Amino acid sequence: MDPSKSRDSAESTRVIQFPNDVLERILSLIDSHRDRSAVSLVSKAWYNAERWTRRHVFIGNCYAVSPQIVARRFPNIRSVTLKGKPRFSDFNLVPPNWGAEVHAWLAVFADQYPLLEELRLKRMTVTDESLKFLARKFQKFRALSLLSCDGFSTNGLEAIATDCRHLTELDIQENGIDDISGNWLSCFPENFTSLEVLNFASLSSDVNFDALERLVSQCKSLKILKVNKNITLEQLQRLLVRAPQLTELGTGSFLQELTAHQYEELERAFIGCKNLHALSGSWEATTLYLPVLYPACTNLTFLNLSYAALPSEELAKLVAHCPHLQRLWVLDTIEDVGLQAVASNCPLLEELRVFPADPYDQDINRGVTESGFLAVSLGCRKLHYVLYFCRQMTNAAVARIVQNCPGFTHFRLCIMKPGQPDYVTNEPMDEGFGAVVKTCTNLRRLGVSGLLTDLTFEYIGRYAKNLETLSVAFAGGSDRGMQCILDGCPKLRKLEIRDSPFGNGALLSGLEKYESMRSLWMSACKVTLNGCKMLARQRPRLNVEVMKDEDMDDGQSYKVYVYRTVAGPRTDAPSFVHTL
Amino acid sequence: MSPPLLGVEEGGGNTTLATSPSIDGVPRDCSGLKERNYLGLSDCSSVDSSAVSSLSDENKSNLNLKATELRLGLPGSQSPEREPKLCLLGSGKLDEKPLFPLLPSNDGICSSLQKNIASGNKRGFADTIDGFSELKSSKYTDGNWMFHVTGPASENVQSGGQGKFPANAGMKAMLPSRNSGAQSAVPKEALQKPAPECPRALNGTGVNQTRASNNAPAAKAQVVGWPPIRSYRKNTLATTSKDNDEVDGKPGPGALYVKVSMDGAPYLRKVDLRNYSTYQELSSSLEKMFSGFTIGQCGSNGTPGREMLNESKLRDFLHGSEYVLTYEDKDGDWMLVGDVPWEMFIDSCKRLKIMKGADAIGLAPRAVEKSKARN
Repeated sequence: MDPSKSRDSAESTRVIQFPNDVLERILSLIDSHRDRSAVSLVSKAWYNAERWTRRHVFIGNCYAVSPQIVARRFPNIRSVTLKGKPRFSDFNLVPPNWGAEVHAWLAVFADQYPLLEELRLKRMTVTDESLKFLARKFQKFRALSLLSCDGFSTNGLEAIATDCRHLTELDIQENGIDDISGNWLSCFPENFTSLEVLNFASLSSDVNFDALERLVSQCKSLKILKVNKNITLEQLQRLLVRAPQLTELGTGSFLQELTAHQYEELERAFIGCKNLHALSGSWEATTLYLPVLYPACTNLTFLNLSYAALPSEELAKLVAHCPHLQRLWVLDTIEDVGLQAVASNCPLLEELRVFPADPYDQDINRGVTESGFLAVSLGCRKLHYVLYFCRQMTNAAVARIVQNCPGFTHFRLCIMKPGQPDYVTNEPMDEGFGAVVKTCTNLRRLGVSGLLTDLTFEYIGRYAKNLETLSVAFAGGSDRGMQCILDGCPKLRKLEIRDSPFGNGALLSGLEKYESMRSLWMSACKVTLNGCKMLARQRPRLNVEVMKDEDMDDGQSYKVYVYRTVAGPRTDAPSFVHTL
Repeated sequence: MSPPLLGVEEGGGNTTLATSPSIDGVPRDCSGLKERNYLGLSDCSSVDSSAVSSLSDENKSNLNLKATELRLGLPGSQSPEREPKLCLLGSGKLDEKPLFPLLPSNDGICSSLQKNIASGNKRGFADTIDGFSELKSSKYTDGNWMFHVTGPASENVQSGGQGKFPANAGMKAMLPSRNSGAQSAVPKEALQKPAPECPRALNGTGVNQTRASNNAPAAKAQVVGWPPIRSYRKNTLATTSKDNDEVDGKPGPGALYVKVSMDGAPYLRKVDLRNYSTYQELSSSLEKMFSGFTIGQCGSNGTPGREMLNESKLRDFLHGSEYVLTYEDKDGDWMLVGDVPWEMFIDSCKRLKIMKGADAIGLAPRAVEKSKARN
């Protein structure tokens, strides 16, 4: 039979049946979990082929599914990414002991995935016992990444260093960690050579430098090294000469005073790092030795100065050497002048994050303003990701910014004083954010701030067709605002709202929506227990969790966390969390 | 820029009760407020929804933090026992602006008292705190996650950043109030919202939640978790923000360079005392600065010179057997570093000297004994 003819008829009536092993071979090349989810919906055969070939599973909400369900569906997992608490837990809106414990997962994995190699956790509670368990039970374990987690101490890290013989990655970032001592670094075995990623920048205890130096010398594949601020420049130099192959470097505090000879040595060490494309560190404002970095900056694509209180002149000089910069994280100590320097020197910039150095002082006039943002939008036309903390903004500036850079995918503007209007016209910031959603058709993430009425949300609902994540604080006028969002925004996945006047009407208007979303968070809004109960009753496949809002004294306020799940109500909820 | 320092002088008096007539809702009768009260949450927690309890929590947390800030084991200039009732009315802040909306008039008074108390006997604090909570002040290292300290009533010491607003409290404690950093570290969001959205007050404990009273003024209230910055970053920024004064690249108005000499070193160094906010920071910085000179000099410990570069040895260096850190004050006297609150120290310090243990007899008997014991 003519093969092409049979193929045509096959295509028109049914999915072509590949032999299973061919299908699996092809599918094993697909990495993106979204693609894989799509693949699994094609047919039963594809579903099975996909589940057998999946090596990495991404779980965006650890309570949306249970470890047993995961293990049942995917028998061959080697790498797990788990996210736990709602994002607002980063800002202390979630009480301690809320949950998201990793141990239940590890227990199942020890049984079902004994060959597990990688674990990446975000906003999970991890105890030292869990870390010890991890180190003991998984003989092939290679990569551990903990971001914004809590519950463990450096003792747990000791277990990892001691027992994970094949460790390639240890990435400890910004966790609520009990930093007892730096001894964990000395726990790596004498002949340890496998490390490729080591990030302990956020730990403050001193580590044994000899042990670190030895580790760096022996691990020839070390690509990413981020040390903490106790490492002096002299020590840094010694590390660099042993690891010129580094691609990402996080320095110490750059505070030591150097002799001329030491300076030269350090400079030479940086010149030797020809592969550096990312640089970070906790630099003091009075650092004298930034110029030693200049030779290493030529190929920099990511510069993280968000823990470096640099003044504008220092930054200007630095970015003048970074023509290929794509991502820049800074503190607002650089001010608008610094941003202008960025605009002039970094035309390839795609991502800018400006963090506030003094977030709580409302009276100072430092930091960045709308002009800095505007300048960057003029000079960096490829800009598509911005996180910007400022004390003043105007609608006109925002409109012009998005006109200059219509490609925004992530627009997170934080005017630090809640409910602050356009400081020139005194009007709400509705038109500014309206311009954002009208112009930036690819917008996936939006963070709004300032004085906002329901009009902003009308705009968002109407225009933000690709919006997936929306963060709202101190905004809106009535239920209508939230309703507009829930009625519009077809791709909405995460909605987090605080301190806004949205009540039960708004909550219930999303009945049709919540199962297509990952989660909804509302705190200090006008939602009552009855409203939540109604939601829970009508949507049994959602977990509607309420917590009494202790910050509010009326005894009526609740924090509401709603999320879809196939695992039913939580079994580990603490007493203050009620699943309705 | 250092009213708290002045406050330290005057704070010994019982001025607070008499001079804060406009405090609403705060029991004026402090007879029930004994020494143990501000440490003993149970006493205050029985007073439900009262400003006192919340303040005590706040103060307790702040005091805890302040107490653990000074890590050199100060002999203690003021005993905490004398101040408890005063500190209960403390606004829980280190600078003039009231954090807690219920006490708008407490600017400066309570902050000074609090400074008073906090600068008292660290060990006394640590002991009582230990008995009180699971916190160990030894865990409190520079730049460490502050939440542990602020959650005495929360069981999980290692809960990380989940307590209410502890990071801010932590930040305050990390910096002496003279710092603009500390001042700015104190959140003072003016909420312009209708009454139902009561401004959230400080709560250091997570158990005895503070209740913002209904008559809390909208102005100058803090907001939990706003601006939205991760706790780790907040705490770290607290230490970097103090350098903003010197942002221009030249010494700012507050720069305080003093000479540092060390016995046996060929030349002197200079440090800017404004770069540090605690004795520990100064100590570590000096250790690093003078590390080159110690090779071979601590050989009395039997350790080879190379080991002096180890971090642990460096740490022992100034606290260890051979050397003591001393300073010359305004009167020309040589004093042991670490006795007085940091503020007072940098105000009076004219130069620093790292003395050999033998020379420091009379200044630091303990250090000398330690060195003898080791040898």
